[in-house]
Amino acid sequence: MKFLTAVGDRSKALTQWALPVGIIAVWEALSLGGIIPARVLPAPTAVVAAGWHATVSGELPRNMWVSFWRAFVGLVIGGGIGFAFGLANGLSQRSDRIFDSTLQMVRNVPHLALIPLVILWFGIDEEAKIFLVALGVFFPMYINTQHGIRSVDPQLIEMGRTYGMSASTLFRRVILPGALPSIFVGLRYALGIMWLTLIVAETIAASSGIGYMAMQAREFLLVDVVVMSILIYALLGKAADSVARLLERWCLAWHPAFQAAESAAR
Amino acid sequence: MTVQPLRNFDAFVEVTPDAGENERRPAEVAVSIRGLRRSYGHNQVLRGVNLDLNDGEFVAIVGRSGCGKSTLLRLLVGLEQPSEGEIEFGDNIDPSSQSGSIRIMFQEPRLLPWASVLANVEVGLGRAVTASDRERAIATLREVGLEERRADWPSVLSGGQKQRVALARALVSYPRLLAFDEPLGALDALTRISMQRLVERVWLDQRFTAIMVTHDVAEAVALADRVLMIEDGQITVDHRIFLPRPRERGSAEVAALEGRILRELLRNGQPA
Repeated sequence: MKFLTAVGDRSKALTQWALPVGIIAVWEALSLGGIIPARVLPAPTAVVAAGWHATVSGELPRNMWVSFWRAFVGLVIGGGIGFAFGLANGLSQRSDRIFDSTLQMVRNVPHLALIPLVILWFGIDEEAKIFLVALGVFFPMYINTQHGIRSVDPQLIEMGRTYGMSASTLFRRVILPGALPSIFVGLRYALGIMWLTLIVAETIAASSGIGYMAMQAREFLLVDVVVMSILIYALLGKAADSVARLLERWCLAWHPAFQAAESAAR
Repeated sequence: MTVQPLRNFDAFVEVTPDAGENERRPAEVAVSIRGLRRSYGHNQVLRGVNLDLNDGEFVAIVGRSGCGKSTLLRLLVGLEQPSEGEIEFGDNIDPSSQSGSIRIMFQEPRLLPWASVLANVEVGLGRAVTASDRERAIATLREVGLEERRADWPSVLSGGQKQRVALARALVSYPRLLAFDEPLGALDALTRISMQRLVERVWLDQRFTAIMVTHDVAEAVALADRVLMIEDGQITVDHRIFLPRPRERGSAEVAALEGRILRELLRNGQPA
């Protein structure tokens, strides 16, 4: 039985990869056969080679690090502020009355529309990218944190009160854990917006980073480097999401959804 | 306000109390309620309740839904404040929620889903947990028969098991007054009977004052020393039961008593 499920797991993992591997194989074959010209789309092997050269020269690691750092700092600042506002407005009616409608108004401005203004303010320095990323991740974190706190079961809060929990204990043991599933939804959504914002910002106004690398390669018609940059973005995005999922699984082990996943994995 | 006369069934009860029964029931007052009123806007839910609960007594409150029985319980445990009137507690009850001498069991288990069974029981201590507290929590879990489940998440327990954890959480601080707000209402019939036996056993063991709101007359008769009926925000029946324990379900005396109380409930519910 155990053996059968192990085989089942392996075939499940294989199915997951069958499609991307198949696409790459077909792509390679079409490129080799000359059906897709290298100027339009270079062969996967050419892209890998470009990645190898850029890694050896140090250009790729440097630019990846720059992009990662921007994304991370923007996420910490914007996500942190969003989380704080979400807590405040979720917990306090007064805070909600003061801030919420204004924040909702600002939310309706697409943050990427601010790029010209941001360039005027910050030039193409780091602040510009970090500001845009922070603004982009602010709203998903804010809305989901606020929603999570609002939707904590009031019966549990009442229980906490009758059992003599102080306000801080109530927050730590009942409200925050109850809001956590929703906060994680916000985090994963924020991660998506984080990369999207960074790509746009780096291609428009930057002198380093993966987006800059792609734009520079375009100038010299280095299609393989352009494709490689796009794939690097995909990998970084997937990596960030996997980290968030891992965190989620670890923090929400009590959640029935994750227990089901766990027993299925077993 | 019209004060309805208190109807008392004691005259009908065939079983006369023996001396032993009286000894077991100390006469000190655990809770004294005077002129208690609670209204929500214009809606008067409790209209002047006077009630003394003796220390160690098991009191059941029956009544139709919306009669104010749950409100009385919530006022008693401090979840709500009375509009008028007073609730006084005896010397051995400290009404502050940290002391743990008053506890309530709700209709729902209300366990923290993100805390293990043991951690949920420890919530009942109302303070930071020491090593001896942990021992006590484990002992209380043993008492409700769930010691081996202490590391589990609540979501994997059955409905009856969850209520047993909730009972352990209520018991771990050795309460002197334990209020039950229909805690067995959502359980199936068999689980319900075994829970009733468990509640009776721990009550006989610890002799706290118990007050249980229920709309199941059979449950009231099975467990209580005293059955109160609330109608229209007032206590209209205060009825002592002297049947020996454990009471046999379906025995003639129990059935007769059940029938009488049920008739009274139904009769008064009919529009005049």
